[in-house]
Amino acid sequence: MKRSFLLIFLITLVGIVYISRLFQLQIIRGGEQDLTHSATIKVEYDYPERGYIYDRNRKLLVANQLSYDVMIIPKEIEPLDTLEFCSLLKIDKEDFIKRFHKADSYARWLPSVFLKQLAKEDYAYLQEKLPKYKGFYIQKRIIRNYPIKSAANILGFISEVNEYVAKNNDYYEQGELIGKLGVEKQYESVLRGIKGKKRFKRNNLNEITGSYKNGKYDTLAVPGKDLTLTIDSELQQYGELLMSGKRGGIVAIEPKTGEILALVTAPSYDPNLLVGRKRSPNSIKLFNDSINMPTFDRGLQAMYSPGSPFKIINGLIGLQEGVIDKNFGVTCYHGYRYGKRPNAFMKCHCGIVGRPIHLKTAISKSCNSYFATTYRRIIDKYENPTIGTDAWSKHAKSFGLGNYLGYDLPSGQKGRIPDGNFYDRSYDFRWGATTTISNAIGQGEVETTPIQLANMTAAIANKGYYYTPHIVKRIDNKPITDTTYTTRRNTTVSPEHFPIAIEAMYETFTRGTAKYSQVKGIDICGKTGTVENFIRVDGQKVQLTDHSIFIAFAPKDDPKIAIAIFVENGGFGATIAAPITSLLIEKYLNGSITRKHIEERMINLSLQKEYDKKQLLLTQNIDTIATRTK
Amino acid sequence: MRQERNNIFAGIDWLLVLLYILLVGFGWMNIYAASSNEGTREVFDFSTRYGKQLIFIGLSIPVIIFILFFNSKFYEQFASVLYVISLVLLAGVLVFGKKINGATSWYNFGGIGLQPSEFAKAFTALALAKLMSDRQYNLKLVKNQTKAFIIIFLPAFFIALQPDMGSVLIYFAFFFVLNREGLTLAYILFGVISIVLFILTVYFGAKLILLICLSLISIATLYGIYKNKRFIRFNILKIISLYLFTTLFVLGIGYTYNNVLGQHQKDRFDILLGKIKDNKGIGYNSYQSEMTVSSGGFSGKGFLQGDRTQGNFVPEQHTDYIYSTVGEEWGFVGSSLVIILFMILLYRIIYLSETHTNKFGRIYGYSVASIFFFHIIVNIGMVIGLLPTVGIPLPFFSYGGSSLWGFTLLLFIFIRLDAHKKYDW
Repeated sequence: MKRSFLLIFLITLVGIVYISRLFQLQIIRGGEQDLTHSATIKVEYDYPERGYIYDRNRKLLVANQLSYDVMIIPKEIEPLDTLEFCSLLKIDKEDFIKRFHKADSYARWLPSVFLKQLAKEDYAYLQEKLPKYKGFYIQKRIIRNYPIKSAANILGFISEVNEYVAKNNDYYEQGELIGKLGVEKQYESVLRGIKGKKRFKRNNLNEITGSYKNGKYDTLAVPGKDLTLTIDSELQQYGELLMSGKRGGIVAIEPKTGEILALVTAPSYDPNLLVGRKRSPNSIKLFNDSINMPTFDRGLQAMYSPGSPFKIINGLIGLQEGVIDKNFGVTCYHGYRYGKRPNAFMKCHCGIVGRPIHLKTAISKSCNSYFATTYRRIIDKYENPTIGTDAWSKHAKSFGLGNYLGYDLPSGQKGRIPDGNFYDRSYDFRWGATTTISNAIGQGEVETTPIQLANMTAAIANKGYYYTPHIVKRIDNKPITDTTYTTRRNTTVSPEHFPIAIEAMYETFTRGTAKYSQVKGIDICGKTGTVENFIRVDGQKVQLTDHSIFIAFAPKDDPKIAIAIFVENGGFGATIAAPITSLLIEKYLNGSITRKHIEERMINLSLQKEYDKKQLLLTQNIDTIATRTK
Repeated sequence: MRQERNNIFAGIDWLLVLLYILLVGFGWMNIYAASSNEGTREVFDFSTRYGKQLIFIGLSIPVIIFILFFNSKFYEQFASVLYVISLVLLAGVLVFGKKINGATSWYNFGGIGLQPSEFAKAFTALALAKLMSDRQYNLKLVKNQTKAFIIIFLPAFFIALQPDMGSVLIYFAFFFVLNREGLTLAYILFGVISIVLFILTVYFGAKLILLICLSLISIATLYGIYKNKRFIRFNILKIISLYLFTTLFVLGIGYTYNNVLGQHQKDRFDILLGKIKDNKGIGYNSYQSEMTVSSGGFSGKGFLQGDRTQGNFVPEQHTDYIYSTVGEEWGFVGSSLVIILFMILLYRIIYLSETHTNKFGRIYGYSVASIFFFHIIVNIGMVIGLLPTVGIPLPFFSYGGSSLWGFTLLLFIFIRLDAHKKYDW
């Protein structure tokens, strides 16, 4: 017997442990849990009102309206006159069977949506008739309403949770609404509030016999909180108006706080299209439009080469690294030769020949030779190009480029600022500053999104720091406290290097590329950019009209707004991007527009022909590929 | 005397038979609750699960009589033959078997499935008993230990190929038997330490645990040196191998866990250890069964009154999760009673084994107790959320003919051997 002690001991031990566990489960926690899934308890939800959304001037952007859904609990249905019922709901019998099976296969015991968002007239009528049909009832829900037809990309929309979320998330059940895209998604838990639950006892005939445990487990609904955005809805609407007929994005930021004043993407859509019963056909149309891509937020998601505005960053890095100073001059001979091969030549259109160009002029006239020289000096300062590129990359990234900015909207792109390692991996030969010389003028491997460019502009305007851009100013009327948006982020370039760059940007408006976009009484600083773009047609590279870029901030001495704008195929930066920017700045700072003729021209200007041309080329390409594969 | 020997019911331990009847009967009631609903309550409806289980229970009566019919010497003499047959069946199922739920564990005879692994346990126990009851057998010798290990390992190997990891686990139960017969506890201790290390490594990551283990060994070594200056000279090999082995083992676990185990197996551990909280996805079964047990409260909701059982909230409730029905409908009272009944069963088997003068009967009885014990720990532990999800049946409760007959075979061979013990000298 002594030898069997171990097994006997273990049997006793396990017995005690298991019975204690049963005690814990059944007596301490005893049958009081998981009230949602019990057949003897009926749960009724009280949906709180979703929070409203306002712009920075307390103008209402998103409100609520009531909507009524017909719900079904398959288990409780009794034989019914289908024909009468169908005519009541205005559906046919096939549809009825389909809807019933869908609900039945989801969960027999739980409510599912049978028919959603009834018209108001139908509701009044149905409310009387429906109690006759066991297992059906009407659930009141709240849907959105947009007083201003604008900012769809920022606001996002709400729609029913999909089955995956309903199954895997503890909060949501089928038919409930959840924020998709934009602020509605990002701040879902704030806007939503918490639904209240009332539990009722039920007998085996499914009749409610009273409140469950005297309402001990009932919860009250917690209303959703209102949001105040940093957006200025007038500026936003004006930006959208100016962008009509064009594709591109505008991002405006308040440099001192990082608040996003406007976030325009074009083309966009009316947010009211995604409300109510018409949501689903409309959303299919909008999301499947692969030509205009109205649901693609170009301000956040489009990655382009930044072009000339990036030269300012290279100039600042040059100053910080000490490889140039304001007296350093480069003589430009219509371009910059960086190798012996005949095509190793970067053309320049600054038009100043025979005398040395200094930094200020180089920026305002956008001289390629100057920045190619600067870039080489930065990289070659270090013992090898890998380390040199790393140093350069670190500076550039300190302006918020090359990675997600961390703003409070759910979509975005990283952009790209290459480092030494990137080129080590890409090239299997010895590479150097000349291999990557395109970075000097913001082409090549450098890529940014418009919001990154706007943030970069804000950092320049602030002389060396920025706050992470954000879209929400107040939650429930209390200023946001998230340290992500209240922490000052310094660039690695010291403040004393900025004034010369700012002077140069000012010169762009007084004497340089943007002089026709000056606004009387406002000192604007800006920088034009033009980015080449190509598509591949039948294996051939075809050049399309350049993208038009512009960055600006104003006023010069006390910056209140920093803007980056990108117009696809808009041509030279000064022709479309600069005037639009100047109009926006005028509107924001002065409240009205004096240069009506420019305004009119910009609104009416349509680039649709350009886009049609591109589309034609692309379709041709598909056709040729199709014929070839035949 | 002679007459008694010819009566197959002579000397039978009626307490075990009574426990058997109680457990099987109560088990069937719970299967009835779990697999019927308001529409189908007809007891003799043989198209339903509970109806089929009734047939299985009915068929176990001839099985029992058949078992009792043989002389106890038969089992001793034919142990090797039965063992070989079960090995052949296990190998054969890999070729001719039917794949259900990703495992090839079933023979299919015109709609009737048979699971050879359920019977192999009993025959392995017989073979082990036969080997170790030999007068020449001395478990102190490594050669003899190896023989015993091979007998245990072979069927486990074939079952692992099916793959049915739950059933493989059961073969570890035989270590209790070996221990009872004199195998040093070090093996079990080693096993326990391995399991503890495994859990800690999964939970805290290989690096940290390795660091802690190596520091502990170093401290122990330093203490040894402090106590006895020549400690290191005498134990250098042991210490080095301890270091090496620990390192390899911990890193091996880390590797196995991350690269060899399937995602579903990893998930089961992660849920149990609380690394993932997931009530509706992968942790659904565990969560639902725990909730179902807990909803029973003190006295349960009553027979056929469990709304979670009736609402089919727990997947596989009639087989591996049958104990959750007990928990819901019979509450703390009923589910503790089941545990107590099982404990009495185990104690009784051990007690009777120890009274055997014949080594064969004792070893076999001990094997039976150990196997039942393992099944009960793993299955109930899983249902009440103390162990990860491992699909093995609860003896006499879970739905299925093979498992019921397998356990019946296991128990009644023992009852047969036990009935004859007084003539064994």
